[in-house]
Amino acid sequence: MYRYDEFDARFVRERVAQFRDQVARRLDGSLNEDEFKPLRLKNGVYLQLHAYMLRIAVPYGTLSSRQLRQLALIGEKYDRGYGHFTTRTNMQFNWPRLRDVPEILDLLADVEMHCIQTSGNCIRNVTADHFAGIAADEIEDPRPTAELIRQWSSFHPEFDYLPRKFKIAVTGAARDRAVVRAHDIGLRILRNAKGEIGYEVMVGGGLGRTPMIAKTIRGFLPKTDLLAYLEAVLRVYNLEGRRDNKYKARVKIMVHEIGAEEFARRVEAEFAQLDGPAIAADPQEVARIAAYFAPPAYETLPARSARFETAKAENRAFATWASVNLFPHKVPGYAAAVISLKGIGDAPGDITSEQMRVVADLAETYSLDELRITHAQNVVLPYVKKDDLFIIWQKLVDAGLATANAGLITDIIACPGLDYCSLATARSIPIAQALAHRFADEKRQLEIGELNIKISGCINACGHHHVGHIGILGLEKSGQESYQITLGGDATETAAIGEILGPGVPADDVPDAIERIVSVYLAHRTAGETFIEAVRRLGLAPFKAAFLEKTHAPA
Amino acid sequence: MPLLDRNGLKPDEWTISEDGTADAPRILVAFDHLKDALSGNGRGRRIGVTIANTLKSDALVPYLNDIDLVSIAFPSYGDGRGFSIAKQLRRAGFKGTLRASGPLIADQFAYALACGFDEIDLPQAQAARQPVEHWLKAAASISNTYQRGFGEQNILDARRAARLAGK
Repeated sequence: MYRYDEFDARFVRERVAQFRDQVARRLDGSLNEDEFKPLRLKNGVYLQLHAYMLRIAVPYGTLSSRQLRQLALIGEKYDRGYGHFTTRTNMQFNWPRLRDVPEILDLLADVEMHCIQTSGNCIRNVTADHFAGIAADEIEDPRPTAELIRQWSSFHPEFDYLPRKFKIAVTGAARDRAVVRAHDIGLRILRNAKGEIGYEVMVGGGLGRTPMIAKTIRGFLPKTDLLAYLEAVLRVYNLEGRRDNKYKARVKIMVHEIGAEEFARRVEAEFAQLDGPAIAADPQEVARIAAYFAPPAYETLPARSARFETAKAENRAFATWASVNLFPHKVPGYAAAVISLKGIGDAPGDITSEQMRVVADLAETYSLDELRITHAQNVVLPYVKKDDLFIIWQKLVDAGLATANAGLITDIIACPGLDYCSLATARSIPIAQALAHRFADEKRQLEIGELNIKISGCINACGHHHVGHIGILGLEKSGQESYQITLGGDATETAAIGEILGPGVPADDVPDAIERIVSVYLAHRTAGETFIEAVRRLGLAPFKAAFLEKTHAPA
Repeated sequence: MPLLDRNGLKPDEWTISEDGTADAPRILVAFDHLKDALSGNGRGRRIGVTIANTLKSDALVPYLNDIDLVSIAFPSYGDGRGFSIAKQLRRAGFKGTLRASGPLIADQFAYALACGFDEIDLPQAQAARQPVEHWLKAAASISNTYQRGFGEQNILDARRAARLAGK
């Protein structure tokens, strides 16, 4: 993974000193609250319902064991012994004190971490495929591109006061595991007819109150043009994006209003005037970054591990976990293991400091010291020998982290919701917990198969409900929580926004409503057909009919 | 209003004259009156222009050789359009003074300088709370950033220089 050089280290240290100074200037009145707010937001400090919240960047979801141990320490010392992984693969602490923040930033800088641009109207933490470097369908590892963009977007003098936040995601594989079409800019690495590597550039995706799927504005961008092209896109947006209404200020609205073709034309006109080579990182710099992501020294192993097969045959629970939570590795004899943070009854994405240490130890011993955080709020051990899987699983069982549900109905994405968030209109975590309990039965989950439920506690859609196979949106109607259910959303390369099934239901009725939807699938599916495939084939009608059935017998 | 540049506070030698009729050696006119002010400029006055941040920089390009100062309005510190306009004007070859005018905060000083601004024209209220030392300190708080083409130095070129020196 990437390691800081002297320049990166100095940059982050100076940022800590700068924030300390900003806090001091706020406290002595030089900065008023309005002026201080964007400064603290750009350093990940939110004022939430009960306390300040600190959001720490985990660039493209990659962490080392040492970094995770530091997060564990911060969780213990400054929070309540746990942290929360978000859908942008960041870590949030919900209970730090403002006066402790500079000290926490120092601890982060010690392990090459920061909170830069995890909030505010600027370019946010860049995300990428969590299986980067290990997926067989990968054309090129997206992480060097993501790291280059992380550096380029940090403290960009021109693009730190944008109309609204700006999110970039990169995938290097055929299968989109980074939800790139739901980003302000999505980049897909591809090969053209001449065999050259470049990017498909998609612009104007986003969820929130106006969900949009990004449109392609450049089918093939040569790699060397990346930073100049990003500069052109951001300049057009910075100059012409709407600033009259914060709900219409994302680039997706501009793309929608003027059309993707016109947007592309303006970008290309700006791009044509730029001196590309003067903006681009030179090839040695690109190579320097890429070298950090070179494939590790894999052992030559047989594809089949006798130890792994024997353990599966002898232990049914392990066999189930292995069938659900492993992702095939491109190198024979290895696997990527998903550690679910969706234990039945847990808050999705929460992890205790103790668990962080267990996971860090596992990564250090068995996964070349590296971890990945997924946008689905789980953790991945990316480089595991199949021989070691059984012992890893046993340690996960002891730590309460061996839930076998990756990609299944209880692997629910949920935002913090009304339990923490000042924007929320309804609770999210309790809904996720109720659904997890309802579908806890392992056999039944396996029978239902791949099904993503995503829950947001308000229309800002941090829980990605628009792209959930089943999406749940918590609203408030005359003082009551009301949950709107959508169906048919898709977060992959076939991205789609879910459609609303009918009127909202009260919190208590959500599990029954989901149950009725699932029953339609189970009754109508053909052999091997997944939930989302069945929804596409059957259309909304049968699900709608079942959804609208009353759960309660008439009085 | 207080005016400052990278060396600190400085006197403002420009006279605001929206319609360009004032009798002064340096006048700042509104963009709508720029053409007239330039064509009637037989007296050797220096002309500058104030523009809103909604003006397309292309509209100013024909005049760039004839004007000495462009003052770009920042209606609020959160509205970053002026940074892009400054960048475009420098790219178009403008060699005169670029002034950011509005309620910026000290923490934006470095950005403004990197985008091509020379000076900040600050409303009294902001200047009263944020003394000039804050601005000079803030401008120096981050010694180097990653973007090429913004300011005199950047980390990418520093790395390149280090590579060349070391090998």
